[in-house]
Amino acid sequence: MQLADTPLNARSIIARLDGSRAFRRRLMELGLVPGTRVEVVGKAPLGGPFELLARGCSLSIRREDANAIEVTDVQVGHRSALPLVP
Amino acid sequence: MLDHLPGVAPAQRRDAAIPVVVVVGNPNVGKTSLFNALTGSNARIGNYPGITVERRSGVLVLPDDRGAVEVVDVPGAYSLSARSADEQIAIAATLGLRHLPEPRLAVVVVDAGQLVRNLYLVLELVEARVPIVVALNMIDEVRNNPPRPAAVSMLFGVPCVATDARHGGGLDELRAAIANGIACPPMGAVRVPYPAALMRDVDRIAEVLPPGWRRNVERDRALALWALGSLDEEDDLVDIDPELRARCLDVRRAASGRDLDAEIVATRYGVLDRHAPELCGIHDPHPPKRLLSERLDRFLLHPKLGFAIFVALMLLVFHALFSWADPAISLVEAGIGLVQRAVVTVLPHTVLRDLLTEGVLGGVGNVVVFLPQILLLFFFIGLLEDSGYMSRVAFLMDRLMKPLGLHGRAFVPMLSGLACAVPAIMATRTMERQRDRLLTMLVVPLMTCSARLPVYTLIIGALFPPTRFWGVFPLRAMLLIGMYCFSVLLTILAAGVLGRTILPGRRVPLILELPPYRLPSLTVTLRLMVERALVFLKEAGTVILVLTILLWALLSFPRLDVGDPAALPAAARDTATAVAPPNPRTAIEHSYAGRLGRALEPALTPLGFDWGIGVGLIGSFAAREVFVSTMALVYGIGENDGAVSLRERIRGERREDGSPVYTPLVGLSLLVFMALACQCMSTLAVVHRETRSWRWPLFLFTYTTTLAWVASFLVYQTGRLLGFE
Repeated sequence: MQLADTPLNARSIIARLDGSRAFRRRLMELGLVPGTRVEVVGKAPLGGPFELLARGCSLSIRREDANAIEVTDVQVGHRSALPLVP
Repeated sequence: MLDHLPGVAPAQRRDAAIPVVVVVGNPNVGKTSLFNALTGSNARIGNYPGITVERRSGVLVLPDDRGAVEVVDVPGAYSLSARSADEQIAIAATLGLRHLPEPRLAVVVVDAGQLVRNLYLVLELVEARVPIVVALNMIDEVRNNPPRPAAVSMLFGVPCVATDARHGGGLDELRAAIANGIACPPMGAVRVPYPAALMRDVDRIAEVLPPGWRRNVERDRALALWALGSLDEEDDLVDIDPELRARCLDVRRAASGRDLDAEIVATRYGVLDRHAPELCGIHDPHPPKRLLSERLDRFLLHPKLGFAIFVALMLLVFHALFSWADPAISLVEAGIGLVQRAVVTVLPHTVLRDLLTEGVLGGVGNVVVFLPQILLLFFFIGLLEDSGYMSRVAFLMDRLMKPLGLHGRAFVPMLSGLACAVPAIMATRTMERQRDRLLTMLVVPLMTCSARLPVYTLIIGALFPPTRFWGVFPLRAMLLIGMYCFSVLLTILAAGVLGRTILPGRRVPLILELPPYRLPSLTVTLRLMVERALVFLKEAGTVILVLTILLWALLSFPRLDVGDPAALPAAARDTATAVAPPNPRTAIEHSYAGRLGRALEPALTPLGFDWGIGVGLIGSFAAREVFVSTMALVYGIGENDGAVSLRERIRGERREDGSPVYTPLVGLSLLVFMALACQCMSTLAVVHRETRSWRWPLFLFTYTTTLAWVASFLVYQTGRLLGFE
């Protein structure tokens, strides 16, 4: 499954990175090496970028790039959506 | 000789050999705060040779009389690997390559809440045998579960100090560690178990490293790893030995089927992940700071609510630039006017007085007048950057900017362009990529800035009737709105065309960190404002001053030799001329600018302009609104006659055959010309300062003028074909 297709707030594990070399390399250097847990926590409006959470850090990548990340072990609803108020 | 003067000679000697300490680290780890805290208020802004990246440096006096060091702030980087010349700065500055001084020590600033990811850079530096001191910064944010400096120190064999640069915590310890590190460079060591095949590849590359890069086996291997990870057919790195590049390509080809990048990066993260438990204590996926940030993002990045908040914030920024700066700008103008009048009353009327009042003082006014907007914009940029919201702006706006081949970060400079291109161009430095910055600088001047408003108002007011479309929409207001839409449309078009032709950029993947929200620091923000203002005054200001004086000379010389020279007007802004000039039209016509206007007439006629408009266009170089006062001068209208009389005069102006010079069609053509031509020497001066070359401002001027000419030509000639005059 591609990361772009995982439901919001589903946790998965990075299996393989495709796409341009620059993209793969930079993403791995930020710690998103294969085997890392990742979670899509938000999507910008109008087909804008995705917000990811990995290694306790939020980052944003474009939708088409999220399509180049293959993930496995998708756990839907693992993290019950964070309550707005503590 | 100098030895007799105490302090002079030793200071000079020390300056020559002052050791360099670089401050490196990922973006958003408080590197700027730490740099500011170490250097106090003595930071200097210079430039890396051959590139527009700024080099900030300052002097740190070490404790216990252990001398002083020059601290250099290296642009933030997640790793040493590079694809472009800007990213190459990190490795060049830290290792002392490409004629940069080799630092004696590197302080690696690390976000204590993001330890593993930040230690990746530390690992790379230790591999490259760079002497380092690690600063575990923002330790206050992980007070409940702090990482252990001793464990970091143990893993890499280098000193590690916990700091909280924002509140001044741990700085004494850091200064002491720097002093020790200068005395005895701490070379760490770390064993990274790369696969044997990769090590063979690395050794093959290490064989062909240029002699200047070689030092010892470990460093050679680290540089070979860097080359393997950074070089390929399409990188934009500079000063790379062709043999080294060929060898890297060769190795990559031979390793087909293996993912070399993954082997390198994953092995390094393997080491860090294995040691993570002893470094970080208990693993906490949601440290308190992150949790608060995630909650805030639920609102601020919400598809509807977040967007509304964003629009409101941007409107506030825009409104501030547009209206809050106004009183300050008026104050500056009034102040300059006051000084000008004072000089006029004190000095006798000579050319020198005119040079002083209209050339020099006018020029100073032209420079200072930008300060309110620059200060305001950088105040907001400082707050947005420092709070972490700027990354969210890029996130929200990415979709909109992507078709232009730009990053979401280009949004704030573009928006500011609607107020004034000068601060907007300065704001492009929030963008990392050289090419994106250039592209933004080249299109921002097309945005309708506030200086165009008085010109638009004059032309629209003079030449278009106050009628309503379909009885509802006022024609004049619709035209003004139309001009704004036209400029935005043309900006988008220009970005699309320039981004595909002269500034082609490979599609760069957007990987944007969304750092946790932090309370913005007022000191950091104020410092940014002052720094930017000083850079503008010092570097762009001088150019603007010189150009103003030149322009004044163009409009004032040669002088008409009529009986009483005191009765002659001097320049575009006749703020000081007390006596109403008898026939200023001939005087300005006689000047170089007038002659230039006449000479340009053949080029202007197809647009429907006469020589007078040509002179107005030349005058508007000082600032677009000067068009209005230059036109007043051309038509001999004094300051007290006001805008209405100028309007009337324009309406009544006739050609020799009796037909009106100004018709609505000429007005439209002029509006289009004004919208597109970069008739603003301050913009050109700032582009010069930001790109460090005359090539780009020259290109900007040429392309916008050509575009303006063609567009006006089309408007005017099409209008005539349709039967308008």
